[in-house]
Amino acid sequence: MNILCESRGRTLIVKVNGEIDHYSSNELKNKTDREYKQAKSKNIVFDFSGVTFMDSSGIGVIMGRYKNVISNGGVIGAVSISKELRKIFDLSGLFKIIKCYENIESALKDFSVRGQ
Amino acid sequence: MSYDNEMEMKFKSLPENEAFARTSVSLFITPLNPTLDELNDIKTAVSEAVTNAVIHGYEESFGEIFLKCGIKQNTVYIKIEDKGKGIENIEQAMSPLYTSKPNLGRSGLGFTVMESFMDEIKVSSSAGEGTIIEMTKKITGGNSAG
Repeated sequence: MNILCESRGRTLIVKVNGEIDHYSSNELKNKTDREYKQAKSKNIVFDFSGVTFMDSSGIGVIMGRYKNVISNGGVIGAVSISKELRKIFDLSGLFKIIKCYENIESALKDFSVRGQ
Repeated sequence: MSYDNEMEMKFKSLPENEAFARTSVSLFITPLNPTLDELNDIKTAVSEAVTNAVIHGYEESFGEIFLKCGIKQNTVYIKIEDKGKGIENIEQAMSPLYTSKPNLGRSGLGFTVMESFMDEIKVSSSAGEGTIIEMTKKITGGNSAG
């Protein structure tokens, strides 16, 4: 798995490439938390366009980051969720608390409209 | 049961073996021509079951995980077994969002995923002796008439 983080204003963009499972989820968790703190970000956008597999460990990572971000007054968005990934997202009910976008620009635009 | 084809493997309960297990099963069932959805469902269910053995079966220790996969006509049978600490309350373990390890950032969805992505699942466990997860799924290969 390969993770690229980029800061855009107060939003941290986390682009994941590869497979997210229990083994790789620790790295995703640690890197996201570290970058979020370092960049003093408020919001997080996860870009899933490069994710080829994800099990419930990925859901656990997003749920955990959601708690941190909410307590910081921010929001979380998810970008480019494939048909395969959508199934586990639907099952988890995560779409009730995070919004899904087609691309990063539309996520950032929506965050800005929502005053984030 | 006698299968048309079957394989068995044994590996150490290391997190990096989760990918090895799901990829092996995925390659083994390829001759059935599963759809990408079916393949993804089976890979995800195997990943959840193996993760369960790694995190909950053996916790901080290490042991062996036994994986068996059989094919009979167009149905896939998967058995994942550990000799770890076992599950005291299976019903509670299988309820959605329940996790005995919230501090690890687990979603508690493992069994829910296995139940939803496979046709059948059976969990047997004895405290101190280990856990056996058996799952089946019929492969349609995109032809729902079977």
